[in-house]
Amino acid sequence: MNATWSRFNIVSIVLGFAFLYLPIVLLVIFSFNASKLVTVWGGFSTKWYVELFNNRGLMDAAWVTIRVGLISATIATVLGTLAALTLTRYTRFRGRVLFSGMVFAPLVMPEVITGLSLLLLFVAIGFDRGFMTVTLAHITFSMCFVAVVVQSRLVSFDRSLEEAAMDLGAPPVKTFFQITLPVIMPAIVSGWMLAFTLSIDDLVISSFTSGPGATTLPMKIYSQVRLGVTPEINAACTLLIAIVAIGVVVASLANKRREVQRLRDEQAAQRG
Amino acid sequence: MSEAVIDRENGAVAAAQGRSLAGRAVAAVVSRLVILVPYLWLLFFFLAPFVIVFKISLSQTAIAMPPYDPVLSLADGVSGLLEQLRQLSIDNYVWLTEDALYFNAYVSSVVIAAISTFLTLLVGYPIAYGMARAPASLRPMLLMLVILPFWTSFLIRVYAWIGILKPEGLLNQFLMALNIIDEPLIILNTHTAIFIGIVYSYLPFMILPLYSSLEKMDYSLIEAAKDLGCTPNGAFWKITFPLSLPGVIAGCMLVFIPAVGEFVIPDLLGGSQTLMIGKTLWNEFFANRDWPVSSAVAVILLLILIVPIMIFQSAQARAQEQER
Repeated sequence: MNATWSRFNIVSIVLGFAFLYLPIVLLVIFSFNASKLVTVWGGFSTKWYVELFNNRGLMDAAWVTIRVGLISATIATVLGTLAALTLTRYTRFRGRVLFSGMVFAPLVMPEVITGLSLLLLFVAIGFDRGFMTVTLAHITFSMCFVAVVVQSRLVSFDRSLEEAAMDLGAPPVKTFFQITLPVIMPAIVSGWMLAFTLSIDDLVISSFTSGPGATTLPMKIYSQVRLGVTPEINAACTLLIAIVAIGVVVASLANKRREVQRLRDEQAAQRG
Repeated sequence: MSEAVIDRENGAVAAAQGRSLAGRAVAAVVSRLVILVPYLWLLFFFLAPFVIVFKISLSQTAIAMPPYDPVLSLADGVSGLLEQLRQLSIDNYVWLTEDALYFNAYVSSVVIAAISTFLTLLVGYPIAYGMARAPASLRPMLLMLVILPFWTSFLIRVYAWIGILKPEGLLNQFLMALNIIDEPLIILNTHTAIFIGIVYSYLPFMILPLYSSLEKMDYSLIEAAKDLGCTPNGAFWKITFPLSLPGVIAGCMLVFIPAVGEFVIPDLLGGSQTLMIGKTLWNEFFANRDWPVSSAVAVILLLILIVPIMIFQSAQARAQEQER
């Protein structure tokens, strides 16, 4: 295989990753720029971070964003896992085609359509726009992403484990909590993280469904970006990137440790 | 054996059967709930809103809250509701066909999305191919590196390009420092900037399905073709590309469908001159506060996208069947 990994392959990968990462790296570098001019380097400084933390509006928006993200990701994970179970375990029930359509369509649906339709629903049922409506909207689109992530794990799941547990007399519900859930847990955790990042990143759907007092950080950033690029926004973006990067690294380390532990257990079981 | 023992045994069996019956009943209720809860949620928060959008697209603009008329209600009984239904009309759709602005916006959205999808395929294919042929030990890391940008905010990634592309931005500074150009290139606020933005933002969506179909491919087929005298180029077009077609289709749909309705990229990188339907809908809603017309715009956008969405769905379903 190594022999077929030609120079062309290596060059295209290196260029591709440079294209993917350079803009983000530049953004982070220029958040430490002392100069007010965003594209001219004026020396290292952290003053934009200080200013960021003194910016009441941005900080309030960040707090709203985090709360919406935590609540919506948690509920979306529960609903998404149930949807994934439905898709993989119950292959025959009335309306299955409609159900899988409703799970996959939000993945590609333009956000302006989802946002507008949810807003019109909230108005039609007389729901005041605000924190609640943004959270409900985020649950709805992120549960579908969770469903896809969990489903891909369930498809490769070895069902003989469940059958063994049930043959030994475990009722189905107990089997689920003692066998199935622990096995698909890594997928559920990454589903939660995906839902959380989708929620804290969302601009379009939040703009449609939010109301007074529920301005999220992307909405705040967007309204300032329209006025021009500022180092303060660079700093805010860098912090968001840092939070997500730390989360992803911690989760993948935890996953790896669990994997190592599992291998060790298996080896011990084979020896014993 | 005394009768009492037999009785007790029978009792135990009966109890066990009773328990398993109860267990089965609980399991039936639970499985019903597993299906119903997400089903009802999506019916209410995903499907029902589309019905409402369709209804409002047939309504008239009104200066009220909510700003459309009629507001369907049963306050006046069934006859009142029928009277309200009679007020619905297709005026907004007529309006959309009469104003060339909307037609042009739809056409240019589809064209821009199609060109960007093709460019994303051109950029993404060599990367996915390189990844699929990388040493197996490197692949998980390469995959992680492709997914990682997807975790950082879409808005931030688009925003990062403003600083790079603007006339006094980093790209022009770089090219002028190398004496490649004398005058700054005008890229920001043009279609080129939108293409760059879409290719950049959606690249992971293209690479991932391409990679998964290329990785599964049996490379001995190519060696066989070469042994039989096929040129590397010929082998690519006769074997590799056709075998990766499912990945190509999935990747293109994942880029094309959301790109048609894209709002953030044309708004931030395309400037005020660009006409794209997502932007038109946004302006109609937030600037003109015309809910019925923006609903009609959304309905037509959905109609345009329904064929690609169905292609995507069936590709998705087929992939799922294969894995099972």
